[in-house]
Amino acid sequence: MSNEQGVKKFDPEKRKTIRFSEPALESIQKIIQRYPAGKQKSAMLPVLHIAQAESDGWLSPEVLDYVAEILGLLPVEVYEVASFYSMYNLKPVGKCVLEVCQTSSCWTRGAEDVVEYIGKKLNIKAGETTSDGMFTLKTVECLGSCGTAPMLQCGAEYHENLTEERIDNLIERYRKEDRRRNYTDLDFVNSN
Amino acid sequence: MSRKLLLAKDHVPGIRSYDVYRANGGYASVEKALKTMSPEAVTEEVKKSGLRGRGGAGFPTGMKWSFLAKPEGVPRYLVCNADESEPGTFKDRYLMERIPHLLVEGMITSSFALGANTSFIYIRGEYFYVSRILEQAIAEAYANGWLGKNILGSGYDLDLYVQVGAGAYICGEETALLESLEGKRGNPRIKPPFPAVEGLYRCPTVVNNVETIAAVVPIVNDGGEAYAAIGIGRSTGTKLISASGNINKPGVYEIELGLPVEEFLFSDEYCGGIANGKRLKACVPGGSSVPILPEYLVCKTATGDDRLMTYESLSDGGFATGSMLGSGGFIVYDENQCVVRNTWNFSRFYRHESCGQCSPCREGTGWMETVLRRLEKGMGNLDDIDLLVGVAKKIEGNTICPLGDAAAWPVAAAIRHFRHEFEYHVLHAEKVKDPKHGHKEPIMPVKPAPVVA
Repeated sequence: MSNEQGVKKFDPEKRKTIRFSEPALESIQKIIQRYPAGKQKSAMLPVLHIAQAESDGWLSPEVLDYVAEILGLLPVEVYEVASFYSMYNLKPVGKCVLEVCQTSSCWTRGAEDVVEYIGKKLNIKAGETTSDGMFTLKTVECLGSCGTAPMLQCGAEYHENLTEERIDNLIERYRKEDRRRNYTDLDFVNSN
Repeated sequence: MSRKLLLAKDHVPGIRSYDVYRANGGYASVEKALKTMSPEAVTEEVKKSGLRGRGGAGFPTGMKWSFLAKPEGVPRYLVCNADESEPGTFKDRYLMERIPHLLVEGMITSSFALGANTSFIYIRGEYFYVSRILEQAIAEAYANGWLGKNILGSGYDLDLYVQVGAGAYICGEETALLESLEGKRGNPRIKPPFPAVEGLYRCPTVVNNVETIAAVVPIVNDGGEAYAAIGIGRSTGTKLISASGNINKPGVYEIELGLPVEEFLFSDEYCGGIANGKRLKACVPGGSSVPILPEYLVCKTATGDDRLMTYESLSDGGFATGSMLGSGGFIVYDENQCVVRNTWNFSRFYRHESCGQCSPCREGTGWMETVLRRLEKGMGNLDDIDLLVGVAKKIEGNTICPLGDAAAWPVAAAIRHFRHEFEYHVLHAEKVKDPKHGHKEPIMPVKPAPVVA
């Protein structure tokens, strides 16, 4: 896997200040209950998703350390997982990460044009964040939306059959609403 | 009109909700199995049905179930593989999103057959919103007594959970999926031991695809023989096909196995033909991992028979002139698409998704992507083409899991059928510098002249 961002340097002072919200800690405890006694490591992936949503959309080494403490694991067990999966951000990202699928069917139906259009519109390249911290543009591999290509994902939301007009509307709406989009958001209902 | 078993009620408004699903005959298979059948009898029906794994490998499901070890006092697990990530495949998302209770029902009936008291649905992280739909359906199933303790007074207990992944194609490989479910990196395990003996938490485990588990519902309701009566030969029942690419009607279609490819591709009931009045150039019939077929081998086999949507017919001719049904990810390319560029696109995918455990795959996928990129950009030379064939050969069969093969096959097949197009990229380097060169000057496949004995 190529989550090649590398883990940032650990800051013990910052570590002391981190604590997740009560609802987040509650859902983490609920998740741990699913697994047999002693197998709480199984909660790793769902807990990291919660951690990311609690931490401005990215996992700092201090947050990873805190997750290790919650799950009773060595920090390295958490680091190695966080660096393997492409949905965990190991460096800061914008409030809205626009993840454009670029694999075969999407690419056949204009994924490159989508990336170029968004890039020009926001004046950033793939992998970059706008200076106001609102948008990050990212190219990703197949999101299982090949029949409604081209498409992009932002947090929990799938935006399919993209056109320039749809992209314009989407970006305008995100700017207006001005909030962070997380994978764990509950409010998305696919209209397709 | 094809018979529909999984999507029969897809058109019913509100079928996502418990009440509508139940009013349309939902959960009948659970009633039948728990009240009138033994777990062995359910497995027997699945065996009789001839159902084969719908995730891609096509292994007989009843046989897989019968391999499950049953030592005393050791829990057994059923894990549903909802990590659908094979490029070109989106059928499981469609099914889970629209009729989530069908999967929940299938999980209960299948778990009963296997004697599992805890089961998981492992869904890819990108489908987070679909996991919410499943969780809602599971909560409804609990509330109505289909999950939990002593289901329907049968004495059978089952808990069902949804686990989300976090973005890793490799977690669709069953042992990588189990590693991931245990909270680790998705590195596939060496087999044996197979999951049926040592799976989740080293306990006996069956891992089945979403569509496979959903198919257990009609099999139990109508009997294995009725299911086996649909289809041709060892390709029984119906299959969900994800159709995408340059066609008029992309989408998910449930077909009876045995449907001619030509009908699927060109009739208005399915793909509706090539979009924008273009010519068909090539087709990948079973997801990105399977060999690409040039236009002249899509609807007919090399021996001139009609190509059918079955495991056997799609692989007729072996890799020389055939492909595979795979996951049913049916990707269609029109005359403007560049095979070199598409092969590079696939190779970039596999490079990105290699877990890095085995050297042939980790290094080989990188090299294939690098060489294909330079060919695609008109910076390669003729030796690069054979170099790619050589690298692909060195990966194939030399890795722990099939990702290596999946990365090698599309490259080998593209060169086998479209060598002239790779050569064109070297000989007309100036032209291919334009990424849309195929729109100006389409390069069509060339049918080899028949060999005269």
